Amino acid sequence: MTLNPSSEKPAGVIGAGSFGTAIANIIALNRPVLLYARDAQVAERINRTRENRGQKLHDNVTAINSLEHLAATCDVIFPMVPSQHFRAMMRNLAPHLHPYHILIHGIKGFDIQLPEGETLQSMETLSRARVKTMSEVIREESVVVRIGCLAGPNLARELAQRQPGATVVASHFKEVIQTGKRLLRNDRFQVYENADIVGVEIAGVLKNIIAIASGALSGLGYGENAKGLLISRGAVEMVYLGRALGGDTRAFLGVAGIGDLVTTCNSPMSRNFSVGYRLAKGESLAQILASMEEVAEGVHTVQIAKKCADHYKVRALVTDRLYKVLFDGMTVEEALDFLMRFPLSADIDFI
Amino acid sequence: MEILEEKKNKNRKYTPILNRIREWPVYQLSKNRKEFVEEVAQKSFERMMELRPTRKQLIDELEATVYREQNRIKRNRWRVDPKDESRFWASVKQELVELSASQDETSKKPEELAKRIVQRYAGEIAGNFKPNSYRVTRAIVKFWFTRLLNGARVKKFGAFFRNRYTLRDKIHIVGKVKMLRKLAQQGTVVMVPTHFSNLDSILIGWVIHSLGLPAFIYGAGLNLFNIKIFAYFMNSLGAYKVDRRKKNLPYLETLKMYSNLAIQKGAHSLFFPGGTRSRSGMIEKQLKLGLLSTAIEAQRNLYLENESPDVRKIFIVPVTLNYHFVLEAPDLIEEYLQVKGQDRYFPEQEKYGSFQLIKFLFKFFTKGSSISVSIGAGLDVLGNYVDQNGQSLDASGRVIDPREYFISSGAVTVDKQREDEYTRMLSQKIVHEYHRINRVFASHVAAFVAFEMWQKKHPKLDLFSLLRLPEEELELEYEEFRDTFKRVRKHLYKLKEERKVNHATHLKGEIDLVIKRGLDNVGIFHLKRPLLRNKKGKIVTQDLSTLYYYHNRLVGYDLEPLI
Repeated sequence: MTLNPSSEKPAGVIGAGSFGTAIANIIALNRPVLLYARDAQVAERINRTRENRGQKLHDNVTAINSLEHLAATCDVIFPMVPSQHFRAMMRNLAPHLHPYHILIHGIKGFDIQLPEGETLQSMETLSRARVKTMSEVIREESVVVRIGCLAGPNLARELAQRQPGATVVASHFKEVIQTGKRLLRNDRFQVYENADIVGVEIAGVLKNIIAIASGALSGLGYGENAKGLLISRGAVEMVYLGRALGGDTRAFLGVAGIGDLVTTCNSPMSRNFSVGYRLAKGESLAQILASMEEVAEGVHTVQIAKKCADHYKVRALVTDRLYKVLFDGMTVEEALDFLMRFPLSADIDFI
Repeated sequence: MEILEEKKNKNRKYTPILNRIREWPVYQLSKNRKEFVEEVAQKSFERMMELRPTRKQLIDELEATVYREQNRIKRNRWRVDPKDESRFWASVKQELVELSASQDETSKKPEELAKRIVQRYAGEIAGNFKPNSYRVTRAIVKFWFTRLLNGARVKKFGAFFRNRYTLRDKIHIVGKVKMLRKLAQQGTVVMVPTHFSNLDSILIGWVIHSLGLPAFIYGAGLNLFNIKIFAYFMNSLGAYKVDRRKKNLPYLETLKMYSNLAIQKGAHSLFFPGGTRSRSGMIEKQLKLGLLSTAIEAQRNLYLENESPDVRKIFIVPVTLNYHFVLEAPDLIEEYLQVKGQDRYFPEQEKYGSFQLIKFLFKFFTKGSSISVSIGAGLDVLGNYVDQNGQSLDASGRVIDPREYFISSGAVTVDKQREDEYTRMLSQKIVHEYHRINRVFASHVAAFVAFEMWQKKHPKLDLFSLLRLPEEELELEYEEFRDTFKRVRKHLYKLKEERKVNHATHLKGEIDLVIKRGLDNVGIFHLKRPLLRNKKGKIVTQDLSTLYYYHNRLVGYDLEPLI
């Protein structure tokens, strides 16, 4: 280990997608950054053009292609890869990690482990033993224990334009939260703290479901009343599901819950929103996914959340209907019709 | 009743790893007792100053302490309490009163008082290991156990003086014995057993001795020192005193500091991390973090003080104690149900007298009913497994350096919040290990299966309503019981293969025989048997609550759906 204090050490970002690039640019205001791209050519191109995913790269950012180099150089690493690839990435990274590393991820998706021969479709229900948050994957796959997560209304494009925004850094360790704050904070980016990492992770994941539904409403041409209805009821559904999965109610009322939910539900820029929007316009799921450049985490999440809801016997109407639209050929109109007819009474009964 | 034979009984005698008692860490500690107590007091005092940095906070804390102590003296005095107690606290109070009256904001009086208090506590806590009485105790225990075993088992005149059977035939030690012995030579061992019965401390003491390990220090409840003969034994075994009446900050910090420093000095230690005996009969799920945190703190301090790579390591060794029978079971479960059920549970009155205790001891030594002690794999203070050489391993078997857990920005740092979190992680790991090394007996399975079957037959009843059913109404057909037992056993085999639980060898074999063993042994010496077969061959109970207690041993393995 060098004698350099880590305040001089670069921070690492894994994943050169649009969010990874945006976060790298934010950290770059405080610290040199190594940005890992899986593809050597991409790393080379980024360094040559100083541009990625439509974002200009800060001078402090250097793209690299070696996880080993990244882990050896950086004490603090921000993994920003899609949830489906996360475990595989961790397995490659783990041999280079040490207990002194701090990992703060910004991934809004679940990891699932299925018994051999099963697929997500063929599983009747899913219990928490098979559904893991990213922080749990890090614990399972590596020696790193100082783990944090980033969540909140962080649309990559707005971050890139240096618009005002906020995030929450959640961790069991104050040290991790303080480190995250030191690296991320600037005059345009506020950072909040939360100790309930699992709650924050789950809130970030579940809001993607509601975002798809919001896109669908929009696609049908409905206005603000409908959206208000969806967001408020969606938030309640998130709380119920989230609690069944091990989160605390409070996480869902904060930046990572309501904050992120309102943002994504109002944002035609978001990938999840546009999936819903195009579904309502009559495209099929396969068509939509084929034409998308980056993964819409929400589609995967709907499937998992629906099966978890079944397992824990939580009533999750929006999730359930959306599942039927995405995978069982129900139309968006039919789903909406069902939801509007369903007899419900209590507004809020969880506080 | 037949005696349960364990196949592959590898119980052999182990040679001591350190020959002379003078080499034992605990002896070194007691030889320098005065200096050690002084060091504990000094460090506890420094810790107090950190926790209560301002003058006002310190004075508030001292006032609270005096108030509580005087209250305790008024309400709950014990024989062991020092005679000058009232005088001491009265004088502290007096000085505090004078202090608040005076205007002098600079006097060092509060610090002085705090120092005096922790000094007193450190002296109270410190153990007093005496090699001679250790030897005497060891000889007495060994002599009488052997007499009891032989006199009772071999029914011939003169058998009383034979040495054919020893305690080793009664108590099976399984698991990572070799590793434990190796680790105790390389570093400091902190043993953390489950706690079900008052017998545990004696049993563990015997196990430690019979594995050839030097005496461990352990915190014994001060109440035990009320009885003079106990006090003699305890002192001789390296026990330090834990007074559960004292919950004030200076006391708790001194107690933790005592354990912390003793571990740092290489004294092998023993905690029951569950705190008290498991009331429900379940394996502990929540551990007490206070003492556990001292192991982590001790390890961090060793790293902090020593830059070189060969720092003395601290190893955590989980141990489970497995019984067919827990003497206190009916009382324990009653307490548990009372607390849990509030007014929904109506306890039946019936207490054990000392006659029952003697009867139990006699039965214990004359009849079957073995006890087994499972030694778990060694862990570092972060809960990573270690290999035979004490090296920490990650999940994939790579050697890692635990020092790095305490490193921030390239240097070992002190971060209380981080270590609290590590303590929580360690406690989860220990609980996990308990479940893994838990050795399932046929009697546990029998109790579990029967109770769950009755619960299933009355799906509408909650636990308390079920327990209130008259025992005469509860009957199970043997065939049905047998099938379920078989299913559960098969699943346990599977769990064992997945290394999620362990079971006694007697669980294998012909099913009827195994069930008979199980039924014969569930809570074997209770006045009312929790489970037995009646004359018509049906499975019945005489005491459902106690059956529930034994059933709880297998809660947490998700076996319920198999019923």
